[in-house]
Amino acid sequence: MAERILKNISSRGLKNAVKGNEYRREASISYGILIGGYILFQILAAAGLIGHNLQGQFVPICVYISLAVSLNLVVGISGELSLGHAGFMAVGAFSGILMSRILGQSMSFEPAIIIISMLFGALIASLAGFVIGIPILGLRGDYLAIVTLAFGEIIRNFMNVLYFGFDGNGRLRFAFNHTIEGVENNDRIITGAIGATGTKTMATFTWGLLLCLFTVFIVLNLKNSKQGRAIMSIRDNRIAGESIGLDVRKYKLMAFVVSAALAGMAGCLFGLNYSTLVPVKFNFNTSVLILVFVVLGGVGNIWGGIIAAALLTVLPETFRQFADYRMLTYAIVLILVMICTYNPAIKARITGIWAKINPVKKKSGSSGKGKGKKSRKGAA
Amino acid sequence: MKKNWTKFVVVALSCMMAFMLAACGGGGSSDAGEASPVLLGNTGPLTGPAAIYGNAVKNGGQLAVDEINAANPDGIQLAWQAEDDEADGEKAVNAYNKLMDDGMKVFIGSTTSGSCVAASEKAFEDRVFELTPSASQVAVTEGKDNVFQLCFSDPNQGVAAADWVVANMADAKVGVIYNNASDYSAGIFDKFKAQYEASGKQLVAVEAFSDDANTDFQAQINSMKNAGADFVFLPIYYTPASNILIQADKIGYAPTFFGVDGMDGILTLEGFDTKLAEGVMLLTPFIATAEDEATQNFVAAYKDAYGEEPNQFAADAYDCVYAVYGAMNAAGLDASASHEEICEALIAQFAGDYVASGVTGAEMEWNEAGEVNKTPNAMVIENGVYVPVK
Repeated sequence: MAERILKNISSRGLKNAVKGNEYRREASISYGILIGGYILFQILAAAGLIGHNLQGQFVPICVYISLAVSLNLVVGISGELSLGHAGFMAVGAFSGILMSRILGQSMSFEPAIIIISMLFGALIASLAGFVIGIPILGLRGDYLAIVTLAFGEIIRNFMNVLYFGFDGNGRLRFAFNHTIEGVENNDRIITGAIGATGTKTMATFTWGLLLCLFTVFIVLNLKNSKQGRAIMSIRDNRIAGESIGLDVRKYKLMAFVVSAALAGMAGCLFGLNYSTLVPVKFNFNTSVLILVFVVLGGVGNIWGGIIAAALLTVLPETFRQFADYRMLTYAIVLILVMICTYNPAIKARITGIWAKINPVKKKSGSSGKGKGKKSRKGAA
Repeated sequence: MKKNWTKFVVVALSCMMAFMLAACGGGGSSDAGEASPVLLGNTGPLTGPAAIYGNAVKNGGQLAVDEINAANPDGIQLAWQAEDDEADGEKAVNAYNKLMDDGMKVFIGSTTSGSCVAASEKAFEDRVFELTPSASQVAVTEGKDNVFQLCFSDPNQGVAAADWVVANMADAKVGVIYNNASDYSAGIFDKFKAQYEASGKQLVAVEAFSDDANTDFQAQINSMKNAGADFVFLPIYYTPASNILIQADKIGYAPTFFGVDGMDGILTLEGFDTKLAEGVMLLTPFIATAEDEATQNFVAAYKDAYGEEPNQFAADAYDCVYAVYGAMNAAGLDASASHEEICEALIAQFAGDYVASGVTGAEMEWNEAGEVNKTPNAMVIENGVYVPVK
């Protein structure tokens, strides 16, 4: 029944409105920003106009963009608050690194290693998402936020006691203890709190772009599919969704697992960008950071999240000139941006100023109400 | 309305970009010019929970640079720049790249191990000579010919501790409480255990805790007590160690506690009754109360400049700057050398016969793997001060 209604909706009047306009607009802006930014920065880098500092951040920026977009799937599109995105990132990162080391023993073709490792990271992360999603996504309220928060912490603590290494015959062994049977201490790949060391750094800006494009592709297409509309209808009115026979748990799980898989992929690329990776990196702060990208970019707004992630990653670095006041400046800027983008009065003022500067196309309409349907406050 | 809003974002964005580019572009200082000093760079946690270490390194390095510049106006002039890395590998790479943009010639390492491994990988690729003051993990130097440590590596500290215990406390029943969520602690414990058991002895009890649970040690202490341990090795930092001392005292358990360099600082911990630390032993390369002239001068100058007693991290950074400066002179380099030239020349020095002395060791030598060889001092706390163990 529900399937048929959704199908009908998509095949009739809404098709043009939803697919034709909104989707095309959102997709073109998102892809435009990503590809345009990539080309711009590649040219600037080739011309020697940007320094080591910014160039070194290309891959992390891409990773954070991808994380913000994938978290948006849960927070914005599915309407659940997830505080454990860094946990999935960690699962993807460590399993991906492990896979890259295993493959590295017999292969030297880097693109294949990266792709297989990322897929493996995504697989393990989606399994983790599936396992914790199953029991809790049927629940109501903020349970998901609490459980994902706990999940992030559990993962981090689990990584602290996880040891992997190759034994003399090149076989992989693991233990929950310092000494892995048959493995020399120097041949350990992942050593508990010390994390993964000796990773061959393979990630490049191009891989980062491909990751972002893939993530945006998956999320936008899911959002604009029959399943995506089901997910959003459950978000907007769960009872109405259930009343037309939608399987709430199934659709929520779908969004959650896809989001986890994409986070795992991003985590893997992040892991392959540094020769060392410690579990502490994936603490609660990182989860909140990704959530900040999403909130600042606009919950449910894909390209907004892309811009927010890129800017907020670069921002603390540009403030290095403020020396001791760097983090203070960053916090103040963050607060100002939050106020400016969400305060109707300030927004109206800015719009007014903008209208004065550029009076050509001033549309009539309520100034100050902001993004209207897009400004869904938080989740659940 | 909506379109305008979008445009505003775009304009704001382009302003940000312009700002960023300007900020980045301004950094690349030219190598030309006689007078430009040799820039020594450091990254460390200047903010956050480990800021005490990062700032100590920042101050110690600055002090040494100022002293050298004042004492040798005609020699190579140095400059010192410390960037914040929040003890995070990702930020450390960013900070390292910022230093490269600013024209860094020699990298005085990252302060903490986790960051240092990530940053030294970059230093290895870029061929920048690196001497880290305090990043003690093996992975920092492993496989990188241009990276050296001024502090003991974790395993060497564990090995030194085990050797010392075997030699001096032959009859002790040894127990260990360590932090399994800390790379530092776990790294030392690893080697301590291996080295100690290699001498044919067994640890009577081993207990772990993690950063998330570092206030209540009843379970670990009772385990030590029940196992009859009369000598407890604590390869941990001084904050959790102080809790262990307090809680052991409460249940009347008084073994000999033995720490490594992370224990340094326990006497200056606020609100901690130093009587409880009586008899605690530790193995450390630097003690601010040591009576040799070099240490006394350093401590006095540091107190003068920054109003507090230097800790081991400040001393390490201070020695790093002097060691690099000495090696540059020994290699006959001048200030116009590129970072690649400096790198090759300093590798030859450090991996060769170069010997440096400073406040953390009288005769420091390095092997090709980048590890330092110096003698740690065994100290015991008596009447609230460190004295050498007799």
